[in-house]
Amino acid sequence: MPALVLAEHDKGRLSEATAKTVTAAAQISDTVHVLVAGQNIASVSAAAAEIQGVARVLAADDARYAHQLAEPLAELILSVASKYDAILAPATATGKSTLPRVAARLDVAQVSEIVAVEAPDTFLRPIYAGNAIQKIQIPSGVKVITVRTSAFKAAPLGGNAIIETVAPAADPGTSRFTSENLSVSLRPELTNARIIVSGGRGMGSKENFILLERIADKMGAGLGASRAAVDAGFVPNDYQVGQTGKIVAPELYIAVGISGAIQHLAGMKDSKIVVAINKDENAPIFGVADYGLVADLFEALPELERALG
Amino acid sequence: MKVLVPVKRVIDFNVAVRVKTDGSGVELANVKMSINPFDEIAVEEALRLKEKGTVTEVVAVSIGPAQASETLRTAMAMGADRGILIRHDGELEPLAVAKILKSVVEEEKPGLVIMGKQAIDDDCNQTGQMLAALLNWPQGTFASKLEIGDGHIQVTREVDGGLQTIDLDMPAIITTDLRLNEPRYASLPNIMKARKKPIAEKTAPECGVDVSPRLKILGVSEPSKRRTGTRVANAGELVTKLREAGVF
Repeated sequence: MPALVLAEHDKGRLSEATAKTVTAAAQISDTVHVLVAGQNIASVSAAAAEIQGVARVLAADDARYAHQLAEPLAELILSVASKYDAILAPATATGKSTLPRVAARLDVAQVSEIVAVEAPDTFLRPIYAGNAIQKIQIPSGVKVITVRTSAFKAAPLGGNAIIETVAPAADPGTSRFTSENLSVSLRPELTNARIIVSGGRGMGSKENFILLERIADKMGAGLGASRAAVDAGFVPNDYQVGQTGKIVAPELYIAVGISGAIQHLAGMKDSKIVVAINKDENAPIFGVADYGLVADLFEALPELERALG
Repeated sequence: MKVLVPVKRVIDFNVAVRVKTDGSGVELANVKMSINPFDEIAVEEALRLKEKGTVTEVVAVSIGPAQASETLRTAMAMGADRGILIRHDGELEPLAVAKILKSVVEEEKPGLVIMGKQAIDDDCNQTGQMLAALLNWPQGTFASKLEIGDGHIQVTREVDGGLQTIDLDMPAIITTDLRLNEPRYASLPNIMKARKKPIAEKTAPECGVDVSPRLKILGVSEPSKRRTGTRVANAGELVTKLREAGVF
């Protein structure tokens, strides 16, 4: 039986998280279908159909899916679930909210945030903030899985899948969208950025983040933060990198004024190259850094900006 | 209105976790255990609702070994009114936990269940959503703000792009994110008082729930270690090294 992948998309754009989840799904099943649920999603469905390895795109275009609320979305997945022996979603806010509802209703366990497919029924996933890796098998039943997208490469484009309309499922009608307050940024999205510049408590204030923004803009980098910086109100919540924030694995991660609590390391230690700039030479962040610079960040950052030319 | 707050006993968030040499799991013997930090936030939120007069009783429930009663005492020292301990030795999967909690909800009939979005041991982030699905209740996951209205609740959620506010019919399940509140410390007199608060005890089979595992853990291993890095003297040298490494 095929595997079903829940597409992640926003404002008519398919997120790369979808193609990464397709890569994981293709290691579990020979046939992969993608479910696109939303309102006015023609462009998203068309983009999903181009992902190599996708045989079919199921499109559910209806107002009840406009805001990806977990209750109607789970019902929709359940309405097609009997045709699949694996159901996957990227471990995004939507995927993490929706998929456990599906698993519980199917009376099966869910395996969260896999980072590798060892065999079609066996997976690796981090536990204890990434301090241990669990090898876990789903011996029987439908496999319900969320995928840590930073651990999988996006499936390439060039496919040409059939797009099929699916009818919306009954909406439980118990939840309603009220409003949203999303960060507007022209910088790359954290989970997709090739370079990330991240600031911690050491930045000292919201205003000082401009020092990082300048570096980020010179490098074409995304901007991240530690929990301490978010809690202190320097930056919005969606900047947070860590165990319970965003998990990232860019080519280059520059941690500035971040001490390196295990919860933060859990979110970035799979980055290819890590740079740490901190005045405390004993900060744990240096333990995972390829290049460490012990310096006062208020001197080091302008210097770095100049050095970047 | 009554609020039910599930609390889990986990390895303290400050403990450096070590994988057992035989690869069967992580070292739990002689390790400091605490209430799961997200559950502590859930207890705090329930108490604030009680202090506002919206909630009349806060009931904490924990599923685990006899020592999980200490986790309940922590919740009661913060201010929860009473505790329920569902005794079970050994690991439980989120689905089993959700089924046990469903039976507790059916007996206690709370207007809200507030619980942590994930436990910091298995990092599953499933139980609240599963409980909501089993009860056919709506859910407000990753909550950073709650506002209770008449028969419904506004939940502001931390989502990937920022914040989203949704409106849910009650009863509902809320799962807490980091910035919902800052939990209080229990005062010594309240810790003493908590010792006298009642804890009702039950076992999982008495809840009428099959808790047998659905998944097979084949092993637990150390994550790959990063190689030791080098120090650079200044920003100029850093940029040179990064150019050499070809990252930009």
